[in-house]
Order: sequence, then structure tokens, then C-alpha cells
Amino acid sequence: MTQASGTPASGEAPVFYEVDEHPHPEGHSTMLGFWIYLMSDCLIFAVLFATFGVLGGSYAAGPGPKDLFDLELVALNTSMLLFSSITYGFAMLAMEKDRVKVTQLWLVVTAVFGLAFLSIELYEFHHMIAEGATPQRSAFLSAFFTLVGTHGLHVTFGLIWLVTLMVQVGQRGLVVANKRRLMCLSMFWHFLDVVWIGVFTFVYLMGMLR
Amino acid sequence: MSAHTTPAADHGHDHAHAHGHDDHAEPHGSLRGYMIGFVLSVILTAIPFWLVMSGVLGSTTATALAIMGFAVVQIVVHMIYFLHMNFRTEGGWSMLALGFTLILVVITLAGSLWVMYHLNTNMMPSVHDMRQMP
Amino acid sequence: MSASPTIEPSFLFGRLTLEAIPYHEPILVATFAVVALGGIAVLGALTYFRLWGYLWREWFTSVDHKKIGIMYMVLGTIMLLRGFADAIMMRLQQALAFGGSDGYLPAHHYDQVFTAHGVIMIFFVAMPMVTGLMNFVVPLQIGARDVSFPFLNNFSFWMTVSGAVLVMTSLFVGEFAQTGWLAYPPLSGIGYSPYVGVDYYIWALQIAGVGTLLSGVNLICTIVKMRAPGMTLMKMPVFTWTALCTNVLIVAAFPVLTAVLALLAADRYIGTNFFTNDFGGNPMMYVNLIWIWGHPEVYILILPAFGIFSEVTSTFSGKRLFGYTSMVYATVVITILSYLVWLHHFFTMGSGASVNSFFGITTMIISIPTGAKMFNWLFTMYRGRIRFELPMMYTVAFMLIFVIGGMTGVLLAVPPADFVLHNSLFLIAHFHNVIIGGVLFGMFAGIAFWWPKAFGFKLDPFWGKMSFWFWVVGFFFAFMPLYVLGLMGVTRRLRVFDDPSLHIWFLIAGFGAVLIACGIGSFLIQIGVSILRREQLRDTTGDPWNARTLEWATSSPPPAYNFAFTPVVHDLDAWWDMKQRGYTRPLTGFKPIHMPRSSGAGPILAGFSIVLGFALIWYIWWLAALAFIGLIGTAIGHTFNYNRDFDIPAEEVARTEDERTRQLAQVNA
Repeated sequence: MTQASGTPASGEAPVFYEVDEHPHPEGHSTMLGFWIYLMSDCLIFAVLFATFGVLGGSYAAGPGPKDLFDLELVALNTSMLLFSSITYGFAMLAMEKDRVKVTQLWLVVTAVFGLAFLSIELYEFHHMIAEGATPQRSAFLSAFFTLVGTHGLHVTFGLIWLVTLMVQVGQRGLVVANKRRLMCLSMFWHFLDVVWIGVFTFVYLMGMLR
Repeated sequence: MSAHTTPAADHGHDHAHAHGHDDHAEPHGSLRGYMIGFVLSVILTAIPFWLVMSGVLGSTTATALAIMGFAVVQIVVHMIYFLHMNFRTEGGWSMLALGFTLILVVITLAGSLWVMYHLNTNMMPSVHDMRQMP
Repeated sequence: MSASPTIEPSFLFGRLTLEAIPYHEPILVATFAVVALGGIAVLGALTYFRLWGYLWREWFTSVDHKKIGIMYMVLGTIMLLRGFADAIMMRLQQALAFGGSDGYLPAHHYDQVFTAHGVIMIFFVAMPMVTGLMNFVVPLQIGARDVSFPFLNNFSFWMTVSGAVLVMTSLFVGEFAQTGWLAYPPLSGIGYSPYVGVDYYIWALQIAGVGTLLSGVNLICTIVKMRAPGMTLMKMPVFTWTALCTNVLIVAAFPVLTAVLALLAADRYIGTNFFTNDFGGNPMMYVNLIWIWGHPEVYILILPAFGIFSEVTSTFSGKRLFGYTSMVYATVVITILSYLVWLHHFFTMGSGASVNSFFGITTMIISIPTGAKMFNWLFTMYRGRIRFELPMMYTVAFMLIFVIGGMTGVLLAVPPADFVLHNSLFLIAHFHNVIIGGVLFGMFAGIAFWWPKAFGFKLDPFWGKMSFWFWVVGFFFAFMPLYVLGLMGVTRRLRVFDDPSLHIWFLIAGFGAVLIACGIGSFLIQIGVSILRREQLRDTTGDPWNARTLEWATSSPPPAYNFAFTPVVHDLDAWWDMKQRGYTRPLTGFKPIHMPRSSGAGPILAGFSIVLGFALIWYIWWLAALAFIGLIGTAIGHTFNYNRDFDIPAEEVARTEDERTRQLAQVNA
């Protein structure tokens, strides 16, 4: 009963503490921690998707998806986000090789694609609101603006973070801490891309089929 | 009881000793990986858009099922090629977290839809079509 | 509505006018006077004894998990007093409001009291206490020096404080929600609650929720990544296991609360139609979503209590825990099942037989792993040498009371029975039965158990036993009548009663509340007396209970670095194993120890959050914008600080350890 696995052979004194230990390096848990945070963010989106799923058909005699969505615009927007994903990937590859300038360059390109995505989304929102399809008009529109808008807010925060990191990489170069932060932002950025797959499928494409 | 009752059980020890090596175990992907992911994503995005915009499948249900299928495949592609998910990162904890989250996402989505659909059919005065409700 | 809801917001002060101060309500004025006098006395004392600098440097900005844990406990205790004040006001009102009497609380005030009671007890008493104990104990129990993200830990704590500050502010500026603790729409919508109460509710919970979520991520990482070598998952102490599952639940459930409250806020602030009655909104969707958070929340509170009872039972029975493996699996199963039962909170909503029976059955299934745990504790005690110290007394009381609560819970899980009992006092009795008997007794057991570890002296047993008996007896007097009343059909949240035959039960319940007040008083006296008699109660061994897990291997209170050398674990009860096999404390060869540095960013960010929340509640948009910019700016500024740790020199470690060697020698002499 008392004998646990891992007990050394009798006679040999067991080791009860580490004499020669290596401290946990700074940030040893950061990647896992950030991933867990992303999972919780994923659940926020799950709630918004569920809300859209339940309320997405409640037009309240107002405009529906077919009156509002412009799939060509959405396709353009999707491509912006997809391009920004691959350019961020290139930035990560450059970071691997410790090439500061190239990394920064790809980060700028990523930011430009991200901005383009946001601009198109804002244009779309503006257009819909001008037509009277405001978030207040129906539960469907409330759910639509909240879901897509929350994704947009995430992209906005991603961009602020991107700019902050570019300044920090400019100041200190690709030190370990900065590499770790770039990898976190990489996860964040690609995660937003995954959420967007859900958005264009569930909201836009399925909306056109309703 | 033995220490190996759960699959992840023996990672505790590894981790306590493997500090410093973890960072190098993180895969960052390769140019090839990113390009494969990108090309697949473009294809998997283009097809559903084309299906909906052209309406080639005729039936709405078939189209809906097809685009949902494409979405699932594309999410998997992103997970593998962009987010570099595998069963080794962080001793499997990342994948475990992802799996658990996916289960909860499914419970939240399916559960809410199921509960609210039944509520609407049972409690709404006009049973037939929610869309006509003000 | 106490103040006029029709104020036209001004630019400078938003909706905030002098009318918002409830000076025309004598109860609130008296409360304010007491709080203000007490506050001034405390602040004056801090200034007089020049403690501000000490507090700021050593506590408020500290990233030491032990100090943060203790601060959480202090917060929980203070808020317990506020939450209990609300409880006893309700009991008094219900005992008085018979035979044509209106009682002493006007409706709008009574409604705020029961809402505040629920919100405070769950979010600002139970949550801080659970988080505090996990924070203090888990790193010690796994042989780590701190948590994975020490700064984030400090920030999480202060965000919780921010939420509590906002709730307390609502007492004296404006009002609190009058909606019940979950703020169901459409009552909580802007149409029926136009004033600030629900906004206080939303922003207090959102801000505190950020802290809770981040602390959950932090503790998961700590448990996953920072266990001592040799501590495989199946050699982890049970409390650490329950802490892991609890934090998984926190990370998986709190985003749902955040999202659903954000949607409610959108309805109130920008006029969307998620939960309205018009334009296709559906209030029932809110009920559905908030319980997807709400049910796991119940297990977030009870699982750590189960962990505490496990540690206490095996320690005070002098035996290894019976059925460790089944205990772990039961915990994991409860974790997952807790996501599949949320609809049992609204069987009466009308989802129909198929949905109700699914959720009824899943609910009943949860009682199986819980029952397994109960038998494990009993078998641990069986043929053990039981020492009835205070933690063990609470454990035995818990087992008795929790079984009653569990059985009434299974009763409520039967949908047809629930149609009769839904929202009745039977339900109120049930959940107080499990929360007081389970969570609160768990916290008290944990406090009595780990207090000597935190401060180096035991708690006074006499006043502890006084508190215990007042609590146990008071509980039965206060809540058994509610079961009876519930069966007779009395619903919750009523302010006045017509039927005189019910009166006696409310009087008994009120008497129970007075006994519980004595219990809380005894608890406070116990702490005061123990501090005064600390020299007699001193424990220099670091292991006053002859306990089993690693936190007892170090000194009490533990040094900042917890362990001079990282322990190596060979057995489930690691410290017991070390004691059995002749472990000798290392006396030489100390090395510098790498530790995180304190940071003032946490309290500053939380300060901005309070201002942001307050400005949003009162529609002071310019202030909200400024506070938001301050918040983001400080957060970004903090990331520019790359210098986040330092080394404790080997000489200092040696000095601390030599001091302990001397103390231990005195004990043995």
C-alpha cells in the first residue's frame, strides 16, 4: 500500500529535493496560457454564434440577409484576412531566421491587410446603417452587428498590439521576450481567421440560403 | 494505483525537467507548410462562395451541408498549417484544451438551438413560422 | 425607483445629480454614517501608524501568491459582512410583514437588498474565498515558488476588488439592481429598469469577471507547468486536482457570462433587441445563456470545497485518502457533466417533455460521482484515528448537511416536481443548504486548516467551536422552515404576507439568522483572540496537524521563495512519505533564487477600471473615454517593462533557512 511506484531500491536513500535545479525560464508558460485564453475567447464567440443561430431568423418585418449582404464584398474581405494570415506567417518565418528588417516588413504588410479588412467591414456597416438596417432594427440585425463587430473589435486590438510589438522589436530587436510576444500575436491572428471562417459560412453564406 | 492511469499522466515529470527545451519544441511551420495552408484555404473558401453565388447544387439543404463541410475542413487546415496544432505541443495540453473547448462550443450551440427551438414550437402562439412574428 | 429616472443626462456629470445620494432614506444614511466612521477610523489608523508605504510595497503591489491569496480572503470576509447584513435585513422584513404590516423596507429597497445579497455572496464572498485559498495553497502543494504569471495574479485580484468597490458604491450613490441576482430581462431591460441599478450590476460583474478569468488561466498553467519533479498527475494532491478542474470550469464558463452580460448591456446602452419583447428579441435566450454559465459556476464553488474536505479528512483521520483515483475521476466527471444540466434551472420555461427529461436525467446522474465522493470520505474516516479539530468538525457537519441538500436537489431535478417547487422557498432552502453546508463550511474548514501555515499560529479553538455550533444550529433553524414554507407554496422574493399561519416559520427562520449572526461574530472574535494570543498558539514546526502534503514541508509562514530547494515527489502524500522515510532538511548549499518583481500596474489598472465602470454607469462619456485610454495606455506601458524578475541572494536564503533551523531545534529541545 505505502510502496509507490518510483520508490528507489531499498537501501538507497531517496532524493527528496533538487540540489542542482534550473529555474523556470521567464515565459515558460506563456504559450500555453495564451492558448487557454484563446479558448475562452472562442467560447465568447460560441455564445455570439448561438445567439445569432437562435435570433438570426427574427427579422421583425425588416430587411433580411438577402436584402443586405453583398457576397462579392464579403469574398473580398475574406481574401484580405487570408492574405494577412499568410503574411504574418512570413513574418514568423523571418523571425525564426532572426532577420529584424524582413520581420518588420512583413508585419507592416500584415497591418495593411488588416486595416483593409477593417475598412471594408466599416464600409459594409455604414452602408447597411444608411439603408436603415441598424442594430436596433431587429433581433437578427442586433445579432449580426454584435457577432461581426466583436470579430472586428478583436482585429482592431490585434492591430494595436501589432503596432506595439513593432515598436518593441524596433527598440530591442528580436530578443526572446519579443519573439514570444510575436508568437502569441501569431496565434491570436490566426485564431481570428478561424473565427472568420465561421462568420462567413454561418452568417453570410447560410444567411443567403435562408 | 499506478501513475499511468491517464495518457497525459507522465508528462508532469518531463515538463518539470524540460524547461528551456520547450521553446525549441514549438513548431513554427515552414514556408512550404504556410503555402500549402494558404492554397488549401483559398480553394476551400472559393468553393463555398461559388456554391452559394451560383446555386449549382439546386437544393438549399444540400448547399448548406456542403458549405458547412467545407468550413469544418478549412478550420482543420488552419489549425494544422497556421496554428501548428499537434498532439505534442505543450505535452498534449494544447490539444486537450482545444478538444474540450470544441465539445463546449458544440454543447453551447447545439444545446441553445435545441432548447430554444423546442421552446418556440411549444410556447409561441403561431406555431408554424417564427419569421412572420413581429 | 428612488430617484427620478427621467433625468436628462448632462455633459459633465451624465445622470449623476445630488438626487442620486439617498439622503432621504434613514437606513442608508445610518449605514453610510457607520461605514464612513469606520472607514475614517481605519484610514486614520493606517496614516497614524505610517502603514501606507508598507501596505503598498509589501501587499498591494506584491506578486507573491501567498499574500494575494490572503488579500482575497480579507476581501471575501469583508464582503461576507455586507452580504450577511442584507440577509438579516430580509429575514427581519419577512418576520415583520404580517397581519397588515408592511414591514420596515419599502419595495424598491427590499428588491435591492435581495439582489445585492445574491450577487455579493456568490461573486464577492464565495468566489474570492475559493480563489484565495487556491492561490495560497496550490503553488505550495505542488512545490512551486509562485504561479505561472505572478503579475497577472496581482492584476486579477485588483479587478475583483474593483467589482466589489462598484457594488459597494451603489449603496450610497444611486441604487443597485432590483431584479434578482441574475437580472433576467425584460425586467432588467432599459424599459423596466431605466435607472442605474442594473448598470452597476453589469459593470461590477464584467470587471470582476476579467479578474476571475485571468486568475483561472493562471492557475491552470501553474498546475500544468510548475509541478515539482516526480509529481505526475495521479500523484497530485486532491485539492490541487479540484483546483485544476475548478479553473478549467472558470475559463470555460466565465466567457459565457461576459458575453451574455455584454449583450444585455448592448440592449440597455445602444438599444439592440436581443432580449426585448419587441423586434424579434427573446428574453428566454438570456435565461438559457446565463445558466450555461450559472450551472458550472455552482461547481466552481463546490469543487475546491470537496478538495479541502478531502485533505482535511485524510489528515485528521491519519490515513491516506480512500479511493484517490475514484475521487479524481469523480471530480473530472462532475466537471464535464456540469455543462449538460443547465436547463434544470428553467424547466418551467416550456421547452417540452423531451428537453426537460434529458436535462432532468443528466442532473440526476451528477449525484452519482458526488455520492462516490461521500463514500470515499466515510471510508477514509473508517477505522482512522480521528482528531476532532475544527476543520474536521466542519467536515463532518458538511457531510451531514450536504447529503440533505443533495437529496432535495435530486428532488428538484424531477421536472414534474420542479413545476410545483420552481422559485419557491424550497429552492431557496435547497441551494442555501448546499452552499452553506458545502462551500461555506469548506471555506471555514480551509481557513482553520491553513491559517497556521499562513501566519505561523493556530486559530483559537474555543471561539472556533462557538462559531461552528452557532453556524450549524443556526443553519437548521434558518433554512429548515424554508423547506416547509416552500412545500406550502410560498414563492421567493416576497415582501409582505397575508396568511398568518405562515408567520411562525418566518419567525423561526429569523431566529436562525440571529444564531448565524452569532456564528459570524464568533468567527471574527476567534480571529481577534487568536492574534492577541498568538504567542501561546504559535507553531514553529510548520506542520502543526501532522499533515500529508507538501505545503507542510516548509516553514509557517513560508518564506517568499516557498522552498529553498525544489522538492522531489515520490508518493501521493509527498510530505507524509518524506516524514516516513527519514527526510532531513538540507542545511547548506543554498543558491540564489529567481523570483518575480512587484509591480504597481495592477492596482493602477484596476483603479482605471473603477472609473471606467462608474462613468459608464452614469453616462459620463468623457470620463469613460479618458479612463479607457488610461487603461489601454497603462496596459501597453506595462509591456514596455522587460525587467520583471530578480534573484534572492544565496546569503539571504541561508539566513532565512538558518533561522528556521534554530526554531526547529527549539521545538525538539
